[in-house]
Amino acid sequence: MRTTRTGALLGAALIVPLALAACSSGSGGSGGGAKALAVEDYFSEPNASVMDGIYKDCGTDLGVEVTSTHVPGAGLIAKVLQQSSSKTLPDVLMLDNPDVQQIAESGALSPLSDYGITGKGFADAVVQAGSYKGDLYGLAPAVNSLAIFYNTDMFQAAGISDPPKTWDELREDAKKLTSNGVYGFAFSGINTYEGTWQFLPFMWSNGGSEKNIDTPETAQALQFLVDLVNDGSASKSVVNWQQSDVLNQFTAGKAAIMVNGPWQFGALKKFPDLHWATAPVPTRTADQKAIAPLGGEAFTVPQTGNKDTMKLAGTFVKCITNDDNQKKIAAAEGDVPASTSVAEEVGKSDPQIAPFVTVVQNARARTALLGPDWPKAATKIYTAEQLALTGKASPEDALKQAQNSK
Amino acid sequence: MTTAQLTAPEANALPADRGAPSRRHGRWREHAVQWLFLAPAIVYVVLFFAYPVVKNVLMGFQDYSTRTFFTGEAPWVGLSNYVTVVTGSLFSTTLVNTALFTVGSIVGQFVIGLALALFFRRRFPLGGVLRSLLLMPWLLPLIASSAVWKWILDQDSGVLNQTLLFLHVIPGPIPWLSSPDVALVAVIIVNIWLGIPFNVTILYSGLQDIPGELYEAASLDGATGWKAFWYITWPNLRSVVSVVLVLGVVYTLKVLDIILGLTGGGPANATQTLATDSYHRSFVDFSFGTGAAVSNILIVISLLFSLVYLWVSRRTVDE
Repeated sequence: MRTTRTGALLGAALIVPLALAACSSGSGGSGGGAKALAVEDYFSEPNASVMDGIYKDCGTDLGVEVTSTHVPGAGLIAKVLQQSSSKTLPDVLMLDNPDVQQIAESGALSPLSDYGITGKGFADAVVQAGSYKGDLYGLAPAVNSLAIFYNTDMFQAAGISDPPKTWDELREDAKKLTSNGVYGFAFSGINTYEGTWQFLPFMWSNGGSEKNIDTPETAQALQFLVDLVNDGSASKSVVNWQQSDVLNQFTAGKAAIMVNGPWQFGALKKFPDLHWATAPVPTRTADQKAIAPLGGEAFTVPQTGNKDTMKLAGTFVKCITNDDNQKKIAAAEGDVPASTSVAEEVGKSDPQIAPFVTVVQNARARTALLGPDWPKAATKIYTAEQLALTGKASPEDALKQAQNSK
Repeated sequence: MTTAQLTAPEANALPADRGAPSRRHGRWREHAVQWLFLAPAIVYVVLFFAYPVVKNVLMGFQDYSTRTFFTGEAPWVGLSNYVTVVTGSLFSTTLVNTALFTVGSIVGQFVIGLALALFFRRRFPLGGVLRSLLLMPWLLPLIASSAVWKWILDQDSGVLNQTLLFLHVIPGPIPWLSSPDVALVAVIIVNIWLGIPFNVTILYSGLQDIPGELYEAASLDGATGWKAFWYITWPNLRSVVSVVLVLGVVYTLKVLDIILGLTGGGPANATQTLATDSYHRSFVDFSFGTGAAVSNILIVISLLFSLVYLWVSRRTVDE
């Protein structure tokens, strides 16, 4: 979920010369004895260097040379589509986890069970996100989710000792924390999948489902966000904010509480004067379980036609997702290792990541219920959110309209 | 023209006393050479204009999805993409938004552009420098300028609201990009800013073509100022004006980047136009079939205006 609109534009630019690329279809992968692997991901610096280091180490273990391509953000899917039509898919492909099923459906990926990868010991949501029709196609070494980050200095100044656990507490705290130029609460309500992703903790924890969003549970969740905006505790601009904008508000001291993920740790460390802590996203009632969406990047082995290379690529994915590399990747990206046991081990030694270890164990994959149809539901969810947050419709009407829209 | 001139000497160089067969041979050669000269242009047009357009029209009748890229299969679905698009809940919104966006942008760009062109026709110190500075919006990358505009128009800390509040022009901050009622206006304002250089440049050069003697003669008859504009400038500028307007409409219909950069079609689809909808369907939902259907509708609308342009330019030639 680190997509940007610029990325999407780049994606468009990449896909336009599709016809031309299709004409010049080269051979997929190296022929004969596989001695080289091509890896493709969407990491940017500094994470890209860390990943390159891990790729190189795994390559040395396997005795192959590894070349990596880092495609910017949302441009990745466009590039993958172009590569699938010209039969030039890389040997190892990283995909954002909600995209795995859609690409698996197209037939471009090979089941990881062919290479002895089962996902055993990994968090349930990780296996769910990587599976399509019962087969595992992608496996993430490290995952993330959403939680609230709060400014401890502002909490102290307002006389609040504990982070909010319920919506009522959050609403009350946000009101107290709002003052001239500072909003108590910040979240992303933008008209992209990012907006949907940030709405899911509220919707899912309250029992809402993406199968049908026209339900009282989802309406309650939407009403809660609308109340926060109407109270003046959250800016009306949330409808334009990406998660990076939300982070900027928080680091600029213009928001006391924000919804965001552990991948922002690196960015937050650049502000040593900013004191903050994290807590699970509050639920409507104290007895509800917080369910947040699972984020993270899965590694897959595309169908390149060369069985030897694919086998080698499978072993390579096994290496990337082993316990040691899970820890390394998690540490670099501020993520949680995808294996439950490794995650618990890391959680014990790192208090900042600890809340996320629990969140990830209870997390849900976005594609768990709808599979490749998830993007359609995601569009409906952010459409409804925008209608309600801008006051164009009541939460109930907005959800009804969006659910019935085609 | 060029072909004929180039081949002519070659044809003359043939010995005149050759028989009929060689003359036929010569004519064949001449044709071949003509086609060879045309070939690069034909290849270019077919590859970069005809192929994409035909492909796009075909895609509009196919179920073209992510799967298609791997399997190469795109089942023929007839008009169902068009039915999906036209009966969709967004279609009327995008159509109205496209119309408002186009009309609003064109009126604003043209009126301001003409005023500036008339202003710069007077000679004054630094006039040339100022006129070239006007081209700035054209020189900046659109993604960069829309990002900056996004900051300027921010409701809470944007410089526009801060300035207007400081001057007590507005009672409270205007939700430029966060209210569905205002967002389209904000996007139109930015697009006007972007379109002014084009209008000024073309209209200014049109004004330069009007002979100065006309104004001198008219001023002797007492036609100055507003009258001079109405009886001399406007009639002489009419053909340029129609070109500017028609081209402006075609350019504005397809505007995508500025809207994506500012609002992404939001909030609540308030700035969703046919162009952004088509982009969204194709490159976000990866439903290339319906995306192509929307863009084909857009192409037909643009085509109608192109026909108007051809008709107008022919009429001005006839005059």
